[in-house]
Amino acid sequence: MKCIWIVSLGLCLGLFAVQCQAKTKETLEVQKIAPGLYFHFGHHELPNRDNHGAIANIGFVVGKECVAVLDSGGNPQQGLLLKNTIEKITDVPICYVINSHVHPDHIFGNRSFKGRGVQFIGHKNLARAMQARGGFYLQRSEEQLGVKLAPKDIVLPDIEVTDSLTLDLGHRLLTVTAHGSAHTDNDLSVLDKNSQTLWLSDLLFVEHLPVIDGSLKGWLRELKALSALKVRRVVPGHGPVMGDWPAALKPQEDYLTMLLKEVRSMIRQGKFIEQAIAEVGQMATGRWALFDAFHKKNITLVFAELEWED
Amino acid sequence: MKMVRVIVIFLAMFFVNAVSAGVDDTVWKNELKTQFFADRSISETENIIAIEAPYRAEDAALVPIRITSKINQTNDKYIKKITLIVDKNPTPFAAEFNFTPLSGKADVAMRLRINSYSYVRAIAEMNDGQLIMAKKFVKASGGCSAPIGADLDAAMKRLGRMKFKLSGTAQSNEPNLAQLLISHPNITGMQMDQVTRFIRPAYYVEEVKVTFDGQPVLTAKTDIAISADPNFRFYFVPQSSGDLRAEVSDTDGNTFSQTYRVEP
Repeated sequence: MKCIWIVSLGLCLGLFAVQCQAKTKETLEVQKIAPGLYFHFGHHELPNRDNHGAIANIGFVVGKECVAVLDSGGNPQQGLLLKNTIEKITDVPICYVINSHVHPDHIFGNRSFKGRGVQFIGHKNLARAMQARGGFYLQRSEEQLGVKLAPKDIVLPDIEVTDSLTLDLGHRLLTVTAHGSAHTDNDLSVLDKNSQTLWLSDLLFVEHLPVIDGSLKGWLRELKALSALKVRRVVPGHGPVMGDWPAALKPQEDYLTMLLKEVRSMIRQGKFIEQAIAEVGQMATGRWALFDAFHKKNITLVFAELEWED
Repeated sequence: MKMVRVIVIFLAMFFVNAVSAGVDDTVWKNELKTQFFADRSISETENIIAIEAPYRAEDAALVPIRITSKINQTNDKYIKKITLIVDKNPTPFAAEFNFTPLSGKADVAMRLRINSYSYVRAIAEMNDGQLIMAKKFVKASGGCSAPIGADLDAAMKRLGRMKFKLSGTAQSNEPNLAQLLISHPNITGMQMDQVTRFIRPAYYVEEVKVTFDGQPVLTAKTDIAISADPNFRFYFVPQSSGDLRAEVSDTDGNTFSQTYRVEP
């Protein structure tokens, strides 16, 4: 008898759960890092068929009249969850989706935000980068992410940023800045003046090894300019929100400077790319997550950049 | 007992799969060998050439490959030509390098795009027509349709720039190692523009001629498997001072040249 009760109770709870799910849309876990500023933490993983490419930090800012999305996620489903999360937190409509750069973990939620009144914002080089790489990303999406992406997942920017742009979200101003070639050749940063938060996306890596896909020298140049800004906190593309700026930049700056010095010195000694790949900076292992996945690729790109400097 | 049989069958299938995935020679055996060498016999003796390549490519768009010869180039016996083939690339032919006795050593190093897990093979043709092959298996993916380059503006700005680099002071009458750097985006023609759905036309370096004092040292026919900013290392033998000269042409008919004074 007791048993039947337990089974019935279980069934009821089960039904309740199903109903519950049908009513409430699935959302993403977000942290409020300042009033009206929300952040979803991306774990330090390579994109794969389990995480479906949802590995980057993404978020949004809520003003009185508009919401701006700060990177849409690594796949359409993550984009949808982010959208559900925003709609659960506020009634303010989404006006802008800012794509910080072309990498798949930051742009492939775009499709889920398409709709009336939503404008996509990107660096002036973003459309070109999407065109050059898009086919390659889509082709490999199923094999690499376990998600079949299609041409409609490449959403080109409606607004292109050449220098900088101010967005008025209603009593909340965002300054969107286009940077010179750094992490990629199409990086944007976003400054939220109200909360004094600088959203750096992949211009800053914390814990996760910095990945070079633009220009090492350019990146160091941009970081120097950024480090002069007085802000209360910075948000990296990968890693936790950091309060101490520019001190939070130190490990990344040390790593990039080490690459610059060591690779340059090998080139000047007449050494070849194979030697650089094998020898440079192995001491930094252990200080970074995903070191083995990206360090040698970084050296390869840095070597190819620096061998043209004189 | 039945269980054991199932396991045995399972293991057998696993090994067959593992073998075919690991050491896949079929494209070469069934198509490429005939396509490039008809019915000529190719030996795999190890005393003529060797090929060095990373087992795992860190960057599929830029994989360093080095071919070393184990004989000196003499008028009587020398390597005339080395053909480089990447089995699984959309265009398997990567390059053909022609050498002379003046090359000193028929060594050549370059950077390749490798599209998937594939053998990279170098086939040397001796002056008497004998063919000898060396090969290496490389785990890479996406090299050929991979992004053209990190900083496209910088790459286009220096298009056509070339540099020679020599290791140390040149020594007369012996093989000297030289490096030729060519700045060229070498667009593969496989990077589909996903928005317009057009495949960009290929635009790449197709011929490289290096001479020393007018005598050919290295002549190469190159294809899209050569990475952006083609980079070649090779030997030459200067008898006395003279000019090392490179002439390069691309698929759009542009030509670029560079001269470097060698004073041994």
